[in-house]
Amino acid sequence: MTRSDARAPYGAGPLDSPLLPLADDALVLSHRLGEWAGHAPVLEEELALANIALDLLGHARALYSELGDEDELAYLREERAFRNCQLVEQANGDFARTMIRQLFFSAYQELLYTQLAALGHPLATKAVKECEYHRDHAEHWTLRLGDGTEESHARAQRATDSLWRFTGELFLPLGPGGPGGTPELDGPDLVGAVDWDALRRSWTDRVTGVLDAATLTVPTTEQHGAWAAGAGRQGLHTEPFGRMLAEMQHLHRSHPGASW
Amino acid sequence: MSSTDWPLWEVFVRSRRGLSHTHAGSLHAPDAEMALRNARDLYTRRSEGVSVWVVPSHQITASSPDEKDPFFGPAGDKPYRHPTFYEVPEGVRNL
Repeated sequence: MTRSDARAPYGAGPLDSPLLPLADDALVLSHRLGEWAGHAPVLEEELALANIALDLLGHARALYSELGDEDELAYLREERAFRNCQLVEQANGDFARTMIRQLFFSAYQELLYTQLAALGHPLATKAVKECEYHRDHAEHWTLRLGDGTEESHARAQRATDSLWRFTGELFLPLGPGGPGGTPELDGPDLVGAVDWDALRRSWTDRVTGVLDAATLTVPTTEQHGAWAAGAGRQGLHTEPFGRMLAEMQHLHRSHPGASW
Repeated sequence: MSSTDWPLWEVFVRSRRGLSHTHAGSLHAPDAEMALRNARDLYTRRSEGVSVWVVPSHQITASSPDEKDPFFGPAGDKPYRHPTFYEVPEGVRNL
């Protein structure tokens, strides 16, 4: 795939909808957080992560059902048809890495959904409160890990440094409208009416504020790697994603149409 | 890190405005702020509450089972402490 495919013209199918990346973000991060079940450092935190995962799954389901058949979209698409950003597919790593990933994504999701809610998207209006809680939870953990022990600080800093390059992709405009789109648009094109520059500014303020308060150093490196910027949104994913997808989809693919 | 490193907190949940907080259970958390969040996730996920308190368990002074008799026994045979003990005299509208 060449870079010229990056912003292929949007068509009318569900795979072309600018809501699809948002749904995929939610589904993939939900699955990643679900991987902590049985492995979280303490029972209380396991519940918290599962709660967040289920909230995200709810967002994904609501968005998928707007676009077509939920199961088909979640379980029967190939890796290249997923439009999630690369940030959410990154492996959990240690708890610090999971929390920094959560901070980066939740801050983004909250700001994006707040804009969508203001534009009148019903899901966003409902989901924004959940996103706010996810961000708050991640912020509290970032503060404690960053400003905690030498070990927790080092791990949180390592996570911040290694995930930073996946954050640039978050601000890639989705949908046909892009910056300055018309708020009059309804349905999926709402995404085109989002002010992505404002989103980026608010995200940067918020995240750097938390990192500062947590005594972590805000990376000065690029927010995208050589090929990472926007790659997930084009269907190009990092290596761990294929394995995650195989695990997520194998049951449905092995037993098509099965029900509980 | 194991939960034994973290202090225990008692959780009190108020289910509706106007009611008092009721003990819901306990949990582990590194500090009060996180205890509140854990309490929210553990005890209010089915809309059980509108307000949550967390209290460090070690701050609670409890009566001892050994003192049960001197503490609670004497109240057992004093029915006149219950309002139902008294008959409302005829003609009294408010008591």
